[in-house]
Amino acid sequence: MDEAPRRKGNARSRIGDPLFKWLTWSFTMLVLLILGGVVFTLVEGSIPVFKTMGLDFLITAKWNPVTDQYGVIVPLVGTLVTALIAMLVGVPTSFAIAFFLTELCPYFIRQPISIAIELLAAVPSIIYGIWGLFIVAPYFQSHIEPVLIAVLGPIPVLGALFQGPAIGIGMLLAGLILGLMILPFITAVTRDVFSSVPAVLRESAYGLGCTRWEVVRRIVLPYCRTGVVGAVMLGLGRALGETMAVTFVIGNAHRLSTSLMAPGTTISATLANEFTEAVGDVYTSALIGLGLVLFVLTFFVLALGKRLLLRAGH
Amino acid sequence: MSTQIFAPTISGTAATSLGDDEAKEKIGIRDLRFYYGDYEALKGINISIRDRRVTAFIGPSGCGKSTLLRTMNRIYEMYPGQRTTGEINVDGRNILDPKEDLTRLRSNIGMVFQKPTPFPMSIWENVAFGIRLYENLPKADLDERVHWALSRTALWDEVKDKLNQLGTGLSGGQQQRLCIARAVAVKPGILLMDEPASALDPISTAKLEELIAELRDDFCIVIVTHNMQQAARAADYTAFMYLGDLVEYDTSEKIFTNPADKRTRDYVTGRFG
Repeated sequence: MDEAPRRKGNARSRIGDPLFKWLTWSFTMLVLLILGGVVFTLVEGSIPVFKTMGLDFLITAKWNPVTDQYGVIVPLVGTLVTALIAMLVGVPTSFAIAFFLTELCPYFIRQPISIAIELLAAVPSIIYGIWGLFIVAPYFQSHIEPVLIAVLGPIPVLGALFQGPAIGIGMLLAGLILGLMILPFITAVTRDVFSSVPAVLRESAYGLGCTRWEVVRRIVLPYCRTGVVGAVMLGLGRALGETMAVTFVIGNAHRLSTSLMAPGTTISATLANEFTEAVGDVYTSALIGLGLVLFVLTFFVLALGKRLLLRAGH
Repeated sequence: MSTQIFAPTISGTAATSLGDDEAKEKIGIRDLRFYYGDYEALKGINISIRDRRVTAFIGPSGCGKSTLLRTMNRIYEMYPGQRTTGEINVDGRNILDPKEDLTRLRSNIGMVFQKPTPFPMSIWENVAFGIRLYENLPKADLDERVHWALSRTALWDEVKDKLNQLGTGLSGGQQQRLCIARAVAVKPGILLMDEPASALDPISTAKLEELIAELRDDFCIVIVTHNMQQAARAADYTAFMYLGDLVEYDTSEKIFTNPADKRTRDYVTGRFG
């Protein structure tokens, strides 16, 4: 009696299942295809600049569209320096916030604070850029930078980082704004990793008489070591690739300077600024080549971060 | 039967029948009440727990025995909305006094949990961890103390060749003994054990009970257990709790062979719980 409907169901699933499987397969493949296409376009597009400059492209600091001489070093150094400043500012702050949220914060404001921090991540980067340029930079120029130059400037070695006129925009400001931008990402992931520590483990540590700091330092951090490193890597990946905010506040100068106050540029800021004015195959190719370098850099940083996060989950 | 269950508690007088034991009082609890928010989980506990004896708390789930244990080192304070009234006197000092130094208190009261909780570090580090919180010992002395704690917990022979390996790599029973070693290493006066054998196999459980018998000579041991045979075997005294009241507290022999209260009798003979 109930044979017929069952057979009908079977017949339907004979078509439906393979169809569904094929659909999901093709969507998945599409993602890989796009990734492959991106890599192909970047490599193919940067062939002319490698033909002209050879491997010099990767090691020279020249960037001269007039003589068609291009090198990746200035924007690459700018990218790494601003990302480093961002990490120096963002990582300790994020850890402190995550620590506060999981260990110290009264329960009733935990959720509101968490949401507020996640909302920070939803602010479009151009807003950070406008805010940085019009609000922070003038203040920075008139109040912060003169103090830094006066106080830190005379110190040997370290002082070299704080020289020159106070103009507000520059690598330091870009790094600080970046640090603010990656803060919500690192905080959110670190908080999740911190709260994955089993309650009994915390209780054991507190039960032995640990202070909160000792619990975090000796139990929580070692327990989520890989997850925390993963969170930092995700933040770093974002800092390396961030474009608009940095373009607004870095000053966009192709110049290597030891001073963090000096304007500089990053790979993504160079791309955003110069693509519209790139004339000639080699100039365009040089920009695509910059893109390739950035892609390789962020790819490995993010891949490493994801790997560590995955391992922390097990 | 239901009228029996809701009869007024006689906990106030329960402690007196232990009078002929020469062991002195280690923990004296007076009218202890415990609240989870508005819910009263302990309804006025009075008990005198003796030093260098094993005292077991038994009772059905939700009777408050674990809660009672968790008040003795104030670990409940980690969570919001949990509070106590009354007194818990350890060596005559009321530890519920807000002025009491928690770190000092917890250095004197070791705790072992249901599930083993080795820290994410080596076996040696696990045992040395607590010691280093309180004492600044040279490495040689520290080694000696770790050796002492691991021997005391009958773990030394099993781990002496792998002290640098992660504590989490040991078997469940070994992990639990490692946690006891970690607690013992600080040389506390009191060991609190919250169903320490409930996650262990029978052989590991037997070893753990042997260990408790060993440690009895030097510590005041308070153990919460679901396993009545375990209480009968391992404990000098047993307290039966029910619905937040201490119903009966006496020698284990008396509790398991000739309890005074009908509820205790029903529970130990398996009629409810």
